Amino acid sequence: MIEPIARPRRKNPLQRTRLPTLPPGARSRASHGFTRAAAEGRFMLQRCDACAAFCYPARDACPACLSADLVFADAPRRGTLLSETTLHVPADVHFRERAPWRVGLITMDCGPTLVAHLHADCQEGQPVMMSWQLDQSGQAVAFAHPERETPNMADDKQWREMTADPKFRRALVTNGRSVVGQEVAAALKTAGASIVFVGIAEPWKPFPGEEKLRALGVDIVPLDIGDEKSVADLAADIGGKVDILVNTTEHIRAGGLLDRQGTSIVRDEIDQTYLGFVHLAQAFGPAMRMRGSDGVNSAAAWVNILSVYALANWPAFGAYSASQAASLSLSHSLRAELRPGGVKVMNVFTGPLDTEWFQTVPPPKVAPRAVANAIVSALRRGLEDVFVGDVAEELRQRLAANPKAVERELGA
Amino acid sequence: MPSTIRTPYDRVVMAVPVTIPYVRYSIESAQWWIGRALKSLVENAGITPRDIDGFCVSSFTTGLESGIGLTQHFGLCVRWLDTIPLGGASAIAALRRAARAVQSGDASIVACVAGDTNHVDSFRFTLENFSRFNQDAVYPYGAGGANGSFALIARNYMRMFGARREDFGKIAVAQRSNALRNPHALMKAPLTLEQYMSARPIADPIHLFDCVMPCAGAEAFLVMREDVAASLRLPAAKILSTIERHNAFGNDPVQVRGGWAMDVDELYAMAGVKLDDLDFVQTYDDYPVISMMQFEDLGFCRKGEGPDFVRQHDFTIDGSFPHNTSGGQLSVGQAGAGGAYLGLVEALRQVLGVAGPTQVKNARIGLASGFGMINYDRGLASGAAILAGPSS
Repeated sequence: MIEPIARPRRKNPLQRTRLPTLPPGARSRASHGFTRAAAEGRFMLQRCDACAAFCYPARDACPACLSADLVFADAPRRGTLLSETTLHVPADVHFRERAPWRVGLITMDCGPTLVAHLHADCQEGQPVMMSWQLDQSGQAVAFAHPERETPNMADDKQWREMTADPKFRRALVTNGRSVVGQEVAAALKTAGASIVFVGIAEPWKPFPGEEKLRALGVDIVPLDIGDEKSVADLAADIGGKVDILVNTTEHIRAGGLLDRQGTSIVRDEIDQTYLGFVHLAQAFGPAMRMRGSDGVNSAAAWVNILSVYALANWPAFGAYSASQAASLSLSHSLRAELRPGGVKVMNVFTGPLDTEWFQTVPPPKVAPRAVANAIVSALRRGLEDVFVGDVAEELRQRLAANPKAVERELGA
Repeated sequence: MPSTIRTPYDRVVMAVPVTIPYVRYSIESAQWWIGRALKSLVENAGITPRDIDGFCVSSFTTGLESGIGLTQHFGLCVRWLDTIPLGGASAIAALRRAARAVQSGDASIVACVAGDTNHVDSFRFTLENFSRFNQDAVYPYGAGGANGSFALIARNYMRMFGARREDFGKIAVAQRSNALRNPHALMKAPLTLEQYMSARPIADPIHLFDCVMPCAGAEAFLVMREDVAASLRLPAAKILSTIERHNAFGNDPVQVRGGWAMDVDELYAMAGVKLDDLDFVQTYDDYPVISMMQFEDLGFCRKGEGPDFVRQHDFTIDGSFPHNTSGGQLSVGQAGAGGAYLGLVEALRQVLGVAGPTQVKNARIGLASGFGMINYDRGLASGAAILAGPSS
């Protein structure tokens, strides 16, 4: 039985902020198959194409038949906890300040034995369900959950280290003028975020949904992410209490290169999307990285909402796709730079949203609420790459199969 | 199990047991410790370094210097060289390889040495860089090191076979009382069962006195032909039999036995001795539960009877079952790969009758075992040897 976590008290400025330390992060190249699985919330193990045996830890040859055809395949999640231990005196500083820490040996129904972090409700001899999680070093680790839901399950101490649950955390949603921003603010509030800051550029100008947004009990703050000073001013004010930042910036214009005159539209796209991201990262990133281990409301995640066409250019929205690709690339830099703080960078890839700027695009389109719910769910599960909606999911699969086919077909 | 017909180690002997007294921390390098051991070997044997034509070395902390680098470091010109990275099974493996090299004439005097230093950060470095599976699939899980891994094995063993902490404590307490007679043991204070039971938990059910103390030190011996030993007037021990096994019983969900169980019949058959003939046993004691497992796997009792066996015996030097007579790693300290040699070198002393304060009366035949490399979820390497003194 897990005791629910308590709302953190106001921080005592005289007390030390617990500095971030990372769990051991070195991995073999083969092991990053689990990193990929963890990023998307899948449970995969290596399976031999020749003899179908699952194996673990990651190998370069099958221990049953020596075949080199080991592929990472979705695997049954169920196993049994055979033996457990509580580590009281771990060897490195990260776990030492988190001790006691429970780990166990799990025999999987599909064969292999896994060493795993244990949810507190896992019991020796009982079935468990496994997942891959990204720990604070950004690397995949096996995590054992009880087979069935238990009270306050998400408040487990070890589980919370793997996730970015909004409960009792403070979030900044960068653009409250958009429907997506409003839905994200509402979803975070519902998920138990203690404060939701919502950025509004030129707040004296009314906008659709304003009344409903204010009624949520969010904190409206002035923020124009295209303006470096505006972003810096807000960071100076609230930068030390942003635990989750959701970059909901959207600047969508149709068209590619040849049908546009000059560069002013492209410049706007770059200013709003790419440079806006740069402004946000430079203003808020350093404090978040510093606060990655700061207790129940530690800085936990940076979320970007990106078009799935960041992964493959869609010429109908060609310049927009390129601005998204630039942001995606930048997000990988940010991810590496926030890693010393144990702060996750989550990219949420969506197909065209059901909003005014995609008016001419036929369905299926993604409802802003679906994006918001996907973000909360992914924060709770600690994911890194999330695909929302059928278009995004389809494109993910097509890219995995043949990226060249995707390029030709999107350009047809 | 059908026993292969193995060539006996006829006319090959072990001689010159060397221990360079341990220290908890050392600012010296592993090379320094290995060098001291080599120096003792040649001094005690009355030979020069040029007489050593075979060299077998084990160490975790020589850094970039491998066995070949060490030959130049120490000015050894050898015609046979081996580097054995088998952790706690290194000594048995070294003995086996050296004995065959000598027997075949590939070398005539082989120096077998294990030594490690222990700087304040050496142990953590060794833990972090132990093996690929450990790096990928064990160390990120709480960084418990060997304590965490053996805790999982110990807990499972306790539940399956009814072992209690008191049983492990009995082994540890007996070894401490042996260690009090060994001037080189790092642990100098007596240990009571009450102290053992109330020690702080490290990784449940492993508590403080289940753990070895990492330290710096070196151990060594020579392997040569019987006639060479005689011409040097060196007391020497016969090698009656040896076994070695790696990655045994990989399908056991949790380790409850080591490779010994696969080869134990051959161990006694080759030696031509019965259990009763053994005057002492030196098990590999990285944790008492592993010693208990060896009592079973080496044939002193059946699987699952380890706890009862422990309850029925006295493991002190003068007891009914003299065991880890130097005090073992639990009380002498674990000098890295030297820990593998501790039991074998002590066994050599015992059968030569030169163990001094820890000498078992009239010890003529004894067994030493090794166990090593918890690569992922279990110790992979196991080995054992039976030695006999010159009078037997």
